[in-house]
Amino acid sequence: MNLTTEFGNAAGTVRAVDGISFEMDPGETLGIVGESGSGKSMTALSILNLVPEPGRISGGQILVNNQDVVSMTSSELLEYRGGDVAMIFQDPMTSLNPVLRVGFQIEEAMRAHSRFDKRQAKERVIPLLQRVRIPSPQQRAKDYPHQFSGGMRQRAMIAMGLANEPSLLIADEPTTALDVTVQAQILELLKDLNRELGTAIILISHNVAVISSLCTRVMVMYAGRVVESGPTRQVFDHPEHPYTWSLLRSVPRVDERRHERLISIEGMPPDLSRLPSGCKFHPRCHFKVDRCSHEEPPLAEVAAEQEARCWVLMRNVSSQAQALKT
Amino acid sequence: MSQTLGLVETKWEGPLVSVKDVYKHFPTGGGLGRGAVVRAVDGVSFEIAGGETLGLVGESGCGKSTLGRVIMQLQTATKGSVEFEGRDLTKMHGEKLRQVRQRMQIIFQDPYASLNPRMTIGDIVAEPLKNFGLGGRRDREKRVHEVMRVCGLNPNFANRYPHEFSGGQRQRIGIARALVLTPSLVVADEPISALDVSIQAQIVNLLEDLQAKFKLTYLFIAHDLSVVRHVSDRVAVMYLGKIVEIATSRDVYDTPLHPYTKVLLSSIPNADPDLEVQRKPILLKGEIPSPINPPSGCRFHTRCPIAQLPICAEVEPLLEKKADGHVAACHFAGKL
Repeated sequence: MNLTTEFGNAAGTVRAVDGISFEMDPGETLGIVGESGSGKSMTALSILNLVPEPGRISGGQILVNNQDVVSMTSSELLEYRGGDVAMIFQDPMTSLNPVLRVGFQIEEAMRAHSRFDKRQAKERVIPLLQRVRIPSPQQRAKDYPHQFSGGMRQRAMIAMGLANEPSLLIADEPTTALDVTVQAQILELLKDLNRELGTAIILISHNVAVISSLCTRVMVMYAGRVVESGPTRQVFDHPEHPYTWSLLRSVPRVDERRHERLISIEGMPPDLSRLPSGCKFHPRCHFKVDRCSHEEPPLAEVAAEQEARCWVLMRNVSSQAQALKT
Repeated sequence: MSQTLGLVETKWEGPLVSVKDVYKHFPTGGGLGRGAVVRAVDGVSFEIAGGETLGLVGESGCGKSTLGRVIMQLQTATKGSVEFEGRDLTKMHGEKLRQVRQRMQIIFQDPYASLNPRMTIGDIVAEPLKNFGLGGRRDREKRVHEVMRVCGLNPNFANRYPHEFSGGQRQRIGIARALVLTPSLVVADEPISALDVSIQAQIVNLLEDLQAKFKLTYLFIAHDLSVVRHVSDRVAVMYLGKIVEIATSRDVYDTPLHPYTKVLLSSIPNADPDLEVQRKPILLKGEIPSPINPPSGCRFHTRCPIAQLPICAEVEPLLEKKADGHVAACHFAGKL
């Protein structure tokens, strides 16, 4: 799969996603991390060409399995969505139809596409439920969504997403509504599925630790832009963008040895209709210099496979950063 | 300042709060008292010392919020007592109880739902003073501005309405309202879980600063063990209406004794990639049982990786001292 995205996206004249590019290999796991309004969900919806009105993809190109998603006809899109690329959302209860049995809804997902015929679709339901580790799948297939717990519903959604053997599964905050022990189960399940089936996964989350647990590569978004990207290990061990650096230090770690004060990012994420000049993060940045306020930095390579959008870079301000922590 | 307003200040040396064998059962509506009951809180005892932060952690439905509300007397306990500064609140009624409420306040999770949209934030913060008839209009205004300032809000915005503020600022308003009466106990029920990540740190730091400044005692209720551990001196872990372990926040991480605590800790992903690859999550089997009909013996035995039959299914383990300042309710504490 070669996925190149580059678009400005206009809801009114607000650019929710402003010219981002990335590629994914088959079977890869990519994390998109950012706060609300950073454009991470809009990026995902754009990949499905599912940007809600009045938004639209106003520029750029999205290639999935060498098909151009932006120029697809509506019938092509019907086959593509849920076929090549499937998506699961934060709240599984609102994504499932409350008056239809879970098994039927999974079957329906296959009937809506042409990959499996009627008989195959029926036969695949139970193995799919098994695959996502739903116990006694024979009986549970006949249940209604309200008879499932939150974690089970998310499993059912994943089963539905996998029904047509997509090459990419997009999971938008799939564990945010779940308890930690259930979150751990879902993350392990996604890891296993990625390994067993080779399905590529885009995981969208505000939680850096969740991304670290599943994704080999990460993209950090702020104000509709990618501010840093690279291999997860590299980016989280050596963040170069002050936003990434602050984000990693603004959440307490369960293993902290002594009480360190959290790094707080002052102010709020910017209003997309009134973006600051220059670097979009500079009003909240602890390390800004003059240049940051009037000239926006490009996304530039800072280490092997690692890119950051910053004039300063954390490696140049390590003593200042140390001082902030104490 | 607080003198001019006539706020109550008491000297009390013992534990600020002591919860003794508290139960809170909710009828499920079977009619005529024959219905089943939800055992939301089912025999819980602990103390909170003045000036400390006690973290209360557990998954949804474990009863942690109900317990917080019972302590605040927002809900009456089915059984047991809640002593605040040595006086049993469950025996107090009417005006007497109302006066004690000055000294204990609560901060809620959802800063959108907990502020009246038709009141200005100045009025919202002043309302507790008004309710207790404290100070004149001028004094109240002065106090409101002072409290807004320490909570990081611009007092010039006192005439604005809640919808004009972001989630983080609204949570500051909720905190200002809780602090205006200079309480000694503040119950914070998931105060940061509705906020954006970068805002969470602001609120956590603010709560810490306010505690140092006003010698507050916190009961900090949350589902996120890393946040709870960060803010708390001691941590209590709850499962299905029971406290299963209480320890200092260092011990709860370094030497967790109850298998459930261990499972919770192992479930939390780590942002540090090197530590994350080492982490081995202990996955629980099955779902959390219903609090209407909790398992016999130890409530965790149906999902516990080290449960042994028949003892764990038959004998309920007591919350016992296992080390200094460390209690756990498990027959095989520390064995996982």
